[in-house]
Amino acid sequence: MRLWGVDLGELIELTLDHIYLAGVPLIVGLLLAIPLGWLAVQRKWLYGPLLAATGLMYTIPSLALFIILPGILGTQILDPLNVLVAMTVYTIALLTRTVADALQSVPDHVKQAATAMGYSPLRRLFAVDLPLGVPVIAAGMRVAAVSNVSIVSVAALVGVSQLGILFTAGFNRNAMGPILIGVVACLILATLFDAIILSVSKALTPWQTSRSGS
Amino acid sequence: MPTVRYMVSCMIRLEGVTKRYADGTVAVDNLSFEAPEGKITVLVGPSGCGKTTSLRMINRMIEPTEGKIFVDGKDASSLKPAELRRSIGYVIQHAGLFPHRTVLSNVQTVPNLLKWDKKRAKDRAMEVLELVGLGGDFAKRYPGQLSGGQQQRVGVARALAGDPTVMLMDEPFSAIDPVVREVLQDEFLSLQERLGTTIVMVTHDIDEAIKLGHRIAVLREGGTLAQFSSPDDLLAHPNDDFVAGFVGRDRGYRALSFQRAEVPIYPAQPVELGDRPLPDEEWSIVVDANRHPIGWVERDAVEGPISQSDLQLGGTLAEEHGSLRGFLDAALSSPSGRGVVVNEGRLVGTLRPQEVLQIIRKAPRPSGDTIAGDSE
Ligand SMILES: Nc1ncnc2c1ncn2[C@@H]1O[C@H](COP(=O)(O)OP(=O)(O)OP(=O)(O)O)[C@@H](O)[C@H]1O
Ligand SMILES: [Mg+2]
Repeated sequence: MRLWGVDLGELIELTLDHIYLAGVPLIVGLLLAIPLGWLAVQRKWLYGPLLAATGLMYTIPSLALFIILPGILGTQILDPLNVLVAMTVYTIALLTRTVADALQSVPDHVKQAATAMGYSPLRRLFAVDLPLGVPVIAAGMRVAAVSNVSIVSVAALVGVSQLGILFTAGFNRNAMGPILIGVVACLILATLFDAIILSVSKALTPWQTSRSGS
Repeated sequence: MPTVRYMVSCMIRLEGVTKRYADGTVAVDNLSFEAPEGKITVLVGPSGCGKTTSLRMINRMIEPTEGKIFVDGKDASSLKPAELRRSIGYVIQHAGLFPHRTVLSNVQTVPNLLKWDKKRAKDRAMEVLELVGLGGDFAKRYPGQLSGGQQQRVGVARALAGDPTVMLMDEPFSAIDPVVREVLQDEFLSLQERLGTTIVMVTHDIDEAIKLGHRIAVLREGGTLAQFSSPDDLLAHPNDDFVAGFVGRDRGYRALSFQRAEVPIYPAQPVELGDRPLPDEEWSIVVDANRHPIGWVERDAVEGPISQSDLQLGGTLAEEHGSLRGFLDAALSSPSGRGVVVNEGRLVGTLRPQEVLQIIRKAPRPSGDTIAGDSE
């Protein structure tokens, strides 16, 4: 079956690739941003330099990164791993500040109470600071998700399969159909990511809904 | 339920403790005092005089710049901070509950950190919640669903849950309206008496200090100790103008709380609802079926049997073996001009204001006649 010059089977495949290339780095990036953000908050002198450095990573042009990475990682230019690593870098760039903000959003008296109860700093991070930072982290994740969905499509220029392929194909064939379908698919994907992040955040913060409910 | 305590001298001792913050602020200056085992020691003083800093040096949330602190005979600086803190209950200002955890889970914090088994931790949490008057349904709520006073109770329960022999409390009853605060203080006093916990408490409210403290440390700006003594001694013999000023104008009246004396108590013939007032008395005292006084009636104001609406209320009741302050207050607040004396709530008799005043005039100054805080 074809729609506006795009094979439906191919569209589904491209969409799944896109989800994989944008989604996995979102998770991995968050897992790496947590220790970085925590370090920035724990060691005051690290806060400025660390956030400046991670922030700068976001300004590396994606095309450049896709081309440079194979040289650094020893991968083939078509290897999706390049895209995964690049997207992880962008996610870290966005989420390190988010995590630092989230940890700092926890009220002081709550942190002090946790310390007074006998939490070690690391245990406090997982038991108190991170759970309370979920709403702020979720907000940052939503931005990172949209950013990932959009940046991944650039990888079409180095031939990695995902929805961006529709843009290059449309451009080469001088056809609007594939481009439109690609844009719509990206929009739907971004909305899907957004909805998932929101509902996970809701599930992790039952105390927030019940507060307004009382 | 009371846990067995070994007869070691479990107490807190500060020796020449000074805290200078990084910016040069001296928050606490050469502070020394001892918090006796099983008693309440109160740190009181104006805002910024270093009360919180002093308290937090005891569980090493803040490290002293100079001096030594001993907890249960051990140098605190030789103990692991997290372990030391788990062994000491801490009530933080404004409760500081974990908003993302239920009341039950908040209270279980220290038992879980101490790796008690699940059932024991939960049973203990329910037990202390019951103890602070928040049994049953409250356990499942989140802190955001509690009133300020209930949150403070949970804060106290959370500090008690690990069964600590020492508790540190930073303004545990602030930000609560006066009526609820009074109730919480009373409950807290009887709880402390039952558990025998050694407590160091911070407040800026001198009335609270005098009500709750066996020992009171008055701090002044700059973090120096102005006076360390029992409440009655503080009221009777303030060291200097600062302490006298801080203790306040009506300290003479408050000092009566610590004085006891025999006051003549006159037997009274009570009546009950439905009776008629005594014909020979201008005022009759009305009791319920358990001899608990419920009000006064004025003979000339009542026609026929006494009904609820004839009662004149408002007098406080004096405990038979209470303080002169209780007697005087009962006498002055009674609509009939006679104070009502009770024993375990039951009517004993009445007393006369003039006689109470006479006894106050003759009574020895409070220092000779201590109730709270026994000699060391
Ligand atoms: N981290 C800090 N760095 C510098 N100065 C501090 C710090 N913490 C407290 N101080 C200062 O130390 C002094 C004592 O503070 P502390 O919090 O112990 O006072 P407090 O008696 O508890 O006051 P309050 O009744 O207002 O709670 C104050 O002058 C305060 O400004
Ligand atoms: Mg304070």
